[in-house]
Amino acid sequence: MSHAGFIIATYGITFGVIIGLVVYTIKQGRNLSRTVADKDKPWT
Amino acid sequence: MSNDRATSTPFTKGLGFFVVLGIALLIILGIFVSPADVNQGESVRIMYAHVPGAWLAYLAFVMTAVSSAAYLWKRTRSLTWDRIAGASAEVGVLFMAMTLLSGSLWGRITWGTFWVWDPRLTTTAFLFVTYLGYLAVRGLGGTAEQRARRSSVIALLAVLEIPLVHFSVVLWRSLHQRATVLSPDGDIKMDGLMLFTLLFGVFGFTVLFAWLVSHRQRIIAMQDAQQINALDAAVTERLKEVQA
Repeated sequence: MSHAGFIIATYGITFGVIIGLVVYTIKQGRNLSRTVADKDKPWT
Repeated sequence: MSNDRATSTPFTKGLGFFVVLGIALLIILGIFVSPADVNQGESVRIMYAHVPGAWLAYLAFVMTAVSSAAYLWKRTRSLTWDRIAGASAEVGVLFMAMTLLSGSLWGRITWGTFWVWDPRLTTTAFLFVTYLGYLAVRGLGGTAEQRARRSSVIALLAVLEIPLVHFSVVLWRSLHQRATVLSPDGDIKMDGLMLFTLLFGVFGFTVLFAWLVSHRQRIIAMQDAQQINALDAAVTERLKEVQA
């Protein structure tokens, strides 16, 4: 495959950032959830 | 205070399952299954990450504007709209940055340079900076209502840049190719499997957007609640000091 480095870099950046954002979002939600009362979390 | 589910619900768990499955399939289709392009060769595979990313950023900024309008309209005024607007902008800015990066990698192969001050690239960079500014304004101090009011006005102005970005390739002479799928004449000149991979990516990223915004607007809601609780605690503490 020609330009394999560029193609792998594109997929690595795109899907790496997506995975990073998803993990960060889940962790941030869990940490905040411990400090907020259930009444402030109407979705639970 | 429990964090059994934190920001997730059965609905977002279902969305998450489809996102993981969709992204895995998109990578397989984009890298291994879809054919090389007659003109672009293997570099066309970058499109399957680049175009859905750009679509998601546009979608996010339009959602920011629609939610902001819903907040400003008295009949539908609710901080939930402002939180959806903020969450959408956060996601949009990140995907716009990824689009600029993947685009510059494609540009290096096709044009021989990572960056050129072309109308499409320049307007896209301007759009990116505008929404960075929007997020900066959201981060200024004040109550959630003050934040919502000022950022909603900015969102409604910023969204006007999107048609400028989209039609920049038509309005000015541009190195960037014109729209292939959303061409004005409706004639799509693209191999069936390539088109399927591209549309599959767009659909997958749309589901990802729904998942991310669902979670991130709940995070903003909890941050708002935390801020109100901290303020209440500070006021109570001060009152105790005064009474003592």
